[in-house]
Amino acid sequence: MATTGTTQEEFTLDTAAELAAEAGGSPIEGKSPWVLAGRRLRRNYVALASLAVFLLVVIVCMCAPLYVSHVSHIGVIDGNPSGFVHENGKKIPILAQGGVTFNKNGSANLTAGGGIPIGPQWGASGGAYIFGADELGRDVGTRLLYGGRNTLQIGLTAAAICTLFSIILALLAAYFGGASDWIISRFFDLIWAFPVVLLGIALGTALSINGFHHWGINIAAGSLWIPTAVIAFVFIPYLGRPLRGQVLALRNREFVEAATAQGAGPLRIMFTELLPNIASSVLVLFTLIVANAILTEVGLSFLGAGVQPPHPSWGTMIAEGQDVLSSDPWLSVLPGIAIAITVLSLNVFGDGLRDALDPRAKVRIEH
Amino acid sequence: MVAFLIRRVFGMIIVLLAVSFLTYLIFFKIPGGDVAGRIAGKTATPQNIASIKAKLGLNHNFVVQWYDMVKQLVTGNLVSYYDGTNVVSQIKQGIPATFSLCIGAAVIWLFFGILVGTISAVYAGRFSDRAITALALIGISLPVAWLGLILRYVFAEGGLTTIFPDGGYVPLTSDPAQWFWHMLLPWFTLAVLFIGCYGRVLRSNILGTINEDFVRTARAKGLSSRQILVKHVLRASLIPIVTLFGLDFAAVLGGGAIITETVFVLHGVGYYAYQAIQKQDLPPLMGVTLYGAAFIVVFSTLVDVAYAYLDPRIRLT
Repeated sequence: MATTGTTQEEFTLDTAAELAAEAGGSPIEGKSPWVLAGRRLRRNYVALASLAVFLLVVIVCMCAPLYVSHVSHIGVIDGNPSGFVHENGKKIPILAQGGVTFNKNGSANLTAGGGIPIGPQWGASGGAYIFGADELGRDVGTRLLYGGRNTLQIGLTAAAICTLFSIILALLAAYFGGASDWIISRFFDLIWAFPVVLLGIALGTALSINGFHHWGINIAAGSLWIPTAVIAFVFIPYLGRPLRGQVLALRNREFVEAATAQGAGPLRIMFTELLPNIASSVLVLFTLIVANAILTEVGLSFLGAGVQPPHPSWGTMIAEGQDVLSSDPWLSVLPGIAIAITVLSLNVFGDGLRDALDPRAKVRIEH
Repeated sequence: MVAFLIRRVFGMIIVLLAVSFLTYLIFFKIPGGDVAGRIAGKTATPQNIASIKAKLGLNHNFVVQWYDMVKQLVTGNLVSYYDGTNVVSQIKQGIPATFSLCIGAAVIWLFFGILVGTISAVYAGRFSDRAITALALIGISLPVAWLGLILRYVFAEGGLTTIFPDGGYVPLTSDPAQWFWHMLLPWFTLAVLFIGCYGRVLRSNILGTINEDFVRTARAKGLSSRQILVKHVLRASLIPIVTLFGLDFAAVLGGGAIITETVFVLHGVGYYAYQAIQKQDLPPLMGVTLYGAAFIVVFSTLVDVAYAYLDPRIRLT
């Protein structure tokens, strides 16, 4: 642990054992920093509850196919625009068809053109349209779950890729120093110089035209890998810079010298000596990056530079609901609530994790 | 000082060149070589495509293409693929709306951020601190697009009331009262995220500063706790906020407020970029991206200078 300071070195485990033996008790067992952190985390009920909420959201979204096959019976892409729901024995069209209808007394009734969806049914129609339909007659509940699956998948995968690359770059830069440090630091500076959202939409839009077909990598235009890669890329300096600083501070410590004296090569020092010492920060930063990656995915998809229709994501769902906001606010409200719950639970858990592991880790991202 | 400024300006130019090259790679290399085919449309003849290629300079090597792109941007000749409008003049048209949004929101987020951070640090550990921390966490967890839409629905579209106008921008010069009224919801939408963020950063800065020696000295001199807080603790704690603010303000000015502008249909720089995304029109995005990066690069230099001025311990080298 990076927190091992000089005060703890004076009071070693041996003296602790001696003192305990003098007092006549059993020797005190040494506890690793991870065990201590775990104990601190277990006492933080708010953080644990947040982790439970996040895991619950993930599990529920993973069960999206079950929801379709057992509850809603309506797929994620195909709507049912000419369908009806039955309520109190009356047939109600899922989309108001619009046009002219004639009343019995002969007067004409003009209604707005088609595509005005039904509202939430709350189980009145036997599982279908529990949360209503969107303007294409698609089940909002189904899309909410599949959208969540896409959003969470992109957020988690992007954060994982970003963390992996940031760790490698930070280790390379700080361990070797010199030219490799200069190049990697300038690379961080370069990405840092772009506003996150603008670089995201620039890459997302450029990639959404033809996909990516360079260096033997082929990604089709509508693939979920595009927003994933874009988000992973734009967040690299936000993780890489603080990690590089930490490795730099560890680089000249005695344990690295000791490893060098033992004949350890660069790879072994980087991955078995330095990496475990920044692992706690990595864990905290990863949690916060997941939260930010989800918010960025929502922003990009809302603007049309992330997940491409007809695939759902919480961001595209907010965007699709925007046009009918005044008549059908629930279309935008529901995905927003889902995002807020997910991101809030991650942020609270990340805070608790930081308090338990490494109070000094910080991550800050502008949107 | 002069040597520092010269070096920073030189560095700024290099970063801007690198930024423009990355922008060039994103917009010319990633979509592949058929830019001309896309512009010419589905019924294009090979001659059509060839002439467009020649016009856009797509036959040259990448250095020439990159140079042409920068030259077009600097001289203001870059035009949209989609409708041929001039990108630079469109961005200029968007600046009043974007600046109105960002300056107003910045005033709100600085004021409330400092207020919230100070209160929660002074009452650290007590109920008001916890309540503020919880609100700040909620603030940074809300998606901006959603928050904006909800505010629009509740306060402008009759969810609760219709007293606010439903989006749109009125220039300050034509009707200041309407300008203010139109900007109020967007200002708060943009500010909420930053209020939570700044409050949390300031709180931890203040709690770190309170234990410093100079604060003990001030207390030993017999200053009141109010004087200590405002003149000594807050002054030292606000210095890191200057850095944050400089970069955040640059990012929103440079088009980072795109989501807020889109939700409230403010015809600013961000909204211009949003329209370009819908049409997959690359030159406007290219212009806005470079414009945004230029703001960040310039502001980060200004921040360094301000930092040295505010904190006598830091020397510019």
